Amino acid sequence: MFKRIMAPVDLAHVEGLRPALDCTADLAKHYSVPVVYVGVTSTAPSELAHNPEEFGQKLSAFAAAEAAKHAIETSGHTAIAHDPTIEIDQALMRAIDDTDADLVVMASHVPNVMDHIWPSNGGKLAEYAKCSVMVVRA
Amino acid sequence: MAESEDVNIGIPAPEGASDIIDTEYEIGQDNIEKQFGPFGLDIHNPVFLISGLSVVAFVVYALLAPEQAAEFFGWLRPALTSTFDGFFLMAANIFVIFCLFLIVSPYGSVRLGGADATPDYGYAGWFAMLFAAGMGIGLMFFGVLEPAYYFGTPWGDEPLGAVRPFTEGGALIPENVEAAKRMALAATSYHWALHPWAIYAVVALSLALFSYNKGLPLSIRSAFYPILGERVWGWWGHIVDIVAVFATLFGLATSLGLGAQQANAGLEFVYGIPTSVTVQVILIIGITMLALISVVRGLDGGVKILSEINMVVAIALLLFVIFAAGAVGIFTDFGNTLVAYAQEIVPLSNPFGRVDDGYREGWTAFYWAWWISWSPFVGMFIARVSRGRTVREFLVCVLIIPSLVCIFWMAVFGGTAINDMIANVDVSAVKANVIDAYKPELSLFAMLASLPLASITSTIGIVLVIVFFVTSSDSGSLVIDTITAGGKVDAPIPQRVFWCTFEGLVAIVLLLGGGLVSLQAMVISTGLPFTVVLLVMCWCIFKGLMQEHKHV
Repeated sequence: MFKRIMAPVDLAHVEGLRPALDCTADLAKHYSVPVVYVGVTSTAPSELAHNPEEFGQKLSAFAAAEAAKHAIETSGHTAIAHDPTIEIDQALMRAIDDTDADLVVMASHVPNVMDHIWPSNGGKLAEYAKCSVMVVRA
Repeated sequence: MAESEDVNIGIPAPEGASDIIDTEYEIGQDNIEKQFGPFGLDIHNPVFLISGLSVVAFVVYALLAPEQAAEFFGWLRPALTSTFDGFFLMAANIFVIFCLFLIVSPYGSVRLGGADATPDYGYAGWFAMLFAAGMGIGLMFFGVLEPAYYFGTPWGDEPLGAVRPFTEGGALIPENVEAAKRMALAATSYHWALHPWAIYAVVALSLALFSYNKGLPLSIRSAFYPILGERVWGWWGHIVDIVAVFATLFGLATSLGLGAQQANAGLEFVYGIPTSVTVQVILIIGITMLALISVVRGLDGGVKILSEINMVVAIALLLFVIFAAGAVGIFTDFGNTLVAYAQEIVPLSNPFGRVDDGYREGWTAFYWAWWISWSPFVGMFIARVSRGRTVREFLVCVLIIPSLVCIFWMAVFGGTAINDMIANVDVSAVKANVIDAYKPELSLFAMLASLPLASITSTIGIVLVIVFFVTSSDSGSLVIDTITAGGKVDAPIPQRVFWCTFEGLVAIVLLLGGGLVSLQAMVISTGLPFTVVLLVMCWCIFKGLMQEHKHV
């Protein structure tokens, strides 16, 4: 049914993503398809990495760890945003095309009043992406 | 298991070697990350809180003791610029020489962001953002005022003691006209070309180098790592960052408040809308709302687009003035100004044995303190958008090209204004509003009134003034947001909304309660300590580039 799953991850907050990551792995096994983990970073140094290159290495390491844990095929994809606070949605939309994924599985918070002003990233993606999007509540 | 070639899908090509500084500090380690109901928070402790509270404290002081504040800061600023004028002039000369040296030195080949980094922005968007952040608003305000002022000043502050073209009675002295015009344009260019851009370039280069190449957080303190080492993450660094936030916020808020008064004066001159606090508050709210939309749309979707629109409109106005005032004369003026600038830059920048105290202390030292107090903000914003350029390309594009553009702008706007004063001595609106009565906020509109289609171009002028305020305000809010989040560029949205709104509120409170002028004087006073900071930065850049050049 699907050929590649894209799983956006925030490497700074992996602990909150567990349900979504386990769900991603289960789906990958069920359909026997690879998972590509997408991380969005700016080019400025962040708490995770000094530059995009180092960020990519950390993401690959994370993908390899997930692969070992769940026995699935994985890879990492770094998406660059100049202003990640705002441009994360566009960066993820571009990543869907770049990775050629046809299913996105991502975590999202429980909706709150602020979502009326700034919709959640999961909500935004589900609304605009051409492929299927599965939003897993944290 | 992951296959090795599959792992690399989509990862951008390595950015190449760079000399990462190995520090124990992790970006965000001092941050407070909390969720208050629906609001996320990710702020640096203690920079966010102290900056915010000290801004409130100074606003309260200016409101409770307005006379004392006005007296103290009204004394402090001129006292500093006239006592330390030699220091300011020398420091600015050092920045220019340092930047010119880097262009021709082997260190010019170091690339910001690693050996193989590619530029984040194309030339058009980059230039637009360079001007829109920290210079555009000044070009609108001073483009006519300053050359016209130097040309006709009866107040004894002619640059280098140049001759006056008017008699006491206001009649023209034809044999003095050419010399006075030449010196007026050269002296104005001196304040808008190499020196201010070198000030911005020093700050921008140090931040870009230490963030993009050395991997330190995008914050003012990072530039001091070569000198302070790990101490830069403690109180030394906190103080540098807090003063930077403080100067940026007050610099923007007071300019916004005073700018609203100027825009109001323009609206009265053009449309007869009366000057009132209500109109000015509405203007501030409008500018702040636009800036809010811009920051919420982000760097690419808001700030960059607005800067580009601004640039197109400014170029259109420039072209109009060129053709309406006579292209041949303008280009002759530009050529003459360039030559005069080259001839006079050494005498103008020499701090010793001068007799033109009014010009040197009242204008030059004031400008240098002003540019330097804005440099943390403008420099950091330039750094943010300059990744991927080599040091040489960066300096040519941040120093040489903007200098030429500014000299051209001054030749067009100032040259046209001066020509109007010469041709219509008795009826010139420029002369009436700059020399006969000093109404600086009307100078641009007075010049446009001497050209055809004045009502249309004046409207464009007002719109440009307002949008330039928006583009300074939005980029300033982003800079403050990043510094107060400990160098994180992905802090939650409510934080940038807070700073942008806070800035508008401070402007309104100071406008209503009084205190804009005294607090602006205070901001410019921060230029003195920051001059020392910038001199240290030059040394740090040099050290950083040396290591980068050796290791990469």
